Amino acid sequence: MAFYLAFKEVWRNKGRFFLFSLVIALITTLVLFIAALSEGLALANKEFLEKLDAELLIFQENVDYVASSSRIAKSKINDIQRIDGIDKVGPIGFSNGTIVFFDGRDDLNVSLIGIEANQPGSPPVISGVSFQIDRGTEVIIDKNIVNQTGIKVNDKIVLKTLQGTDEVYNEFDVIGITDGRQYLYQPSIFIPYRTWEQIRPQVNISSSLIETTSNVLAIKLEENQDQGLIQENIVEQVDGIDIADVKTAYESLPGYQAQQSTLNTQRYFTLLIGILVIGGFFQIQMLQKIPQIGVLKAIGVANPSVAFAVVYQIIIVTTFGVFLGAFISFGLSAAFPPGIPIVFTGNSVVIAIVTLLLIGPIGGLVSVRLAISVEPLIALGLSS
Amino acid sequence: MKKEKKPIIETTNLSKIYQSGNLNVRAVDNATISILPGEFVALVGPSGSGKTTMLAMLAALLTPSEGQVIIDGYDLSQMKEAKRVQFRRKNIGFTFQSNNLVPYLTVQENVEMMLRINNQLNTDGRKKVVNLLTRLGLDDRMRYLPSQISGGQRQRVSIARSLIHDPSVVLADEPTASLDTERAYQVTKIYADLIHENGKAGIMVTHDLRMCKYVDKIIQIEDGIISNIIEGRGTIDEFISCA
Repeated sequence: MAFYLAFKEVWRNKGRFFLFSLVIALITTLVLFIAALSEGLALANKEFLEKLDAELLIFQENVDYVASSSRIAKSKINDIQRIDGIDKVGPIGFSNGTIVFFDGRDDLNVSLIGIEANQPGSPPVISGVSFQIDRGTEVIIDKNIVNQTGIKVNDKIVLKTLQGTDEVYNEFDVIGITDGRQYLYQPSIFIPYRTWEQIRPQVNISSSLIETTSNVLAIKLEENQDQGLIQENIVEQVDGIDIADVKTAYESLPGYQAQQSTLNTQRYFTLLIGILVIGGFFQIQMLQKIPQIGVLKAIGVANPSVAFAVVYQIIIVTTFGVFLGAFISFGLSAAFPPGIPIVFTGNSVVIAIVTLLLIGPIGGLVSVRLAISVEPLIALGLSS
Repeated sequence: MKKEKKPIIETTNLSKIYQSGNLNVRAVDNATISILPGEFVALVGPSGSGKTTMLAMLAALLTPSEGQVIIDGYDLSQMKEAKRVQFRRKNIGFTFQSNNLVPYLTVQENVEMMLRINNQLNTDGRKKVVNLLTRLGLDDRMRYLPSQISGGQRQRVSIARSLIHDPSVVLADEPTASLDTERAYQVTKIYADLIHENGKAGIMVTHDLRMCKYVDKIIQIEDGIISNIIEGRGTIDEFISCA
């Protein structure tokens, strides 16, 4: 009976309920886009670290896990490598550069990531080949660069970096393409470590010759090792370092927490607005239907049937609106250019949709309460 | 020997007392009536006389403060709320003043609803609905929504809804209030005919004494007290003509 009443009312007032579903669809679109933007921005910041084939990262002591502030002498690699349970240790260096085009295309800023061949940090190749040696003028590029510029394997690229105050141009051969590995909102170019040391921007041209350092060391553990125990051992045996797991490392990226909490706050406020809008709509509708509900109760329709009719109606309208909004969101996102950081991940979309489906009934609780409280005497123009 | 009919509705010293400040207002005061099967009764009186309150108690919508209401052998004054809802659904048919149909259900669906909530909506039930609506001249309006038919037609749908589930009691609260005279007579006559034919106990609250020409008994109520009970065709007609 409850579903029958709910469905008939929605069906016979399709225009009104469709308009309201559109409002829910717009809220859904907003929530999904904020979620996708949050995911996209986070990914653009942390993608390289998140996909790193390592469990732990070593930073210089007291730099709050900020890679750009961290300097690790390469000599530490041997100290760490000796500790039981550690499989590989790879130095990773981060800097910035620009791919320069001479054919009128816009230059592209990139993260230059220095890595050693076959060590943690070295990216898997989805096209072309991997590095075999730690020097040379070969690079592996992130597929985001391919999407944005059309560069392909075996192409030559020119990278501009700063050495002192001079702009220095170096030519490189693209030998491979890796999956998305952005770092600090820029697509990445992976360079053999020794080469990276030479081209990375430096205050003085000669400073790279003082000592070989990297920003961080990535540690891959042997199988079935106790990560916590090894972490403790490293801290005990190696001086002047801080150690973090990958999640802690990317959560410590500059601006990451502030950005995520801002976007999450926006998302929660949008959900709250959704609850208020849905609650308001059904409440107004319920106020208009009080005499009608009084008649239904007077002729013998039980309270649970009246209450569930309201709940079913909310579920029908919310479900339609949410899926319409999801459809609109995916349609719109497909039309966006590749550089926009909008990423729909299964997890975030499912969480957003389930939350949106739940806010309907939550928002409608007040109107359910009102429906239950309507007295059948209303039908006779009386009240108790 | 003719077997005496047992009343379907019986009230004994029925009262409803409201508290208004320090005052006790007796909206209905010691009302004792009985209505037989097939008897159509008009409850008349000025505004505020207590007739709607009386109807609400007979409809199991309002609990009496004092006295007893027995319908079909059930004492409503002792009944709990959940049981009263069930009782209304099964034993009582309602017609209200106006706007009493579900606006998003068609004429047929509105009438079928009483069978639906009583779990009686099957092929026979649907046939019964079609037959009754045809009898009421609504066979070409069955797929219409209430907003698409006239006020008189809406009241006829309401009458069909009040009778379709075969209740023992049918109650009407000013069913002709929003109708013009011709349609009001038409609706009241249909109502009376169906009550007589089906052996129901029918009560109609009305302020329009002209509509009493089809009833078998008039119960006059003033200030909550039954002041007069008029029975017999001649007496009723005389009462109407004098009013």
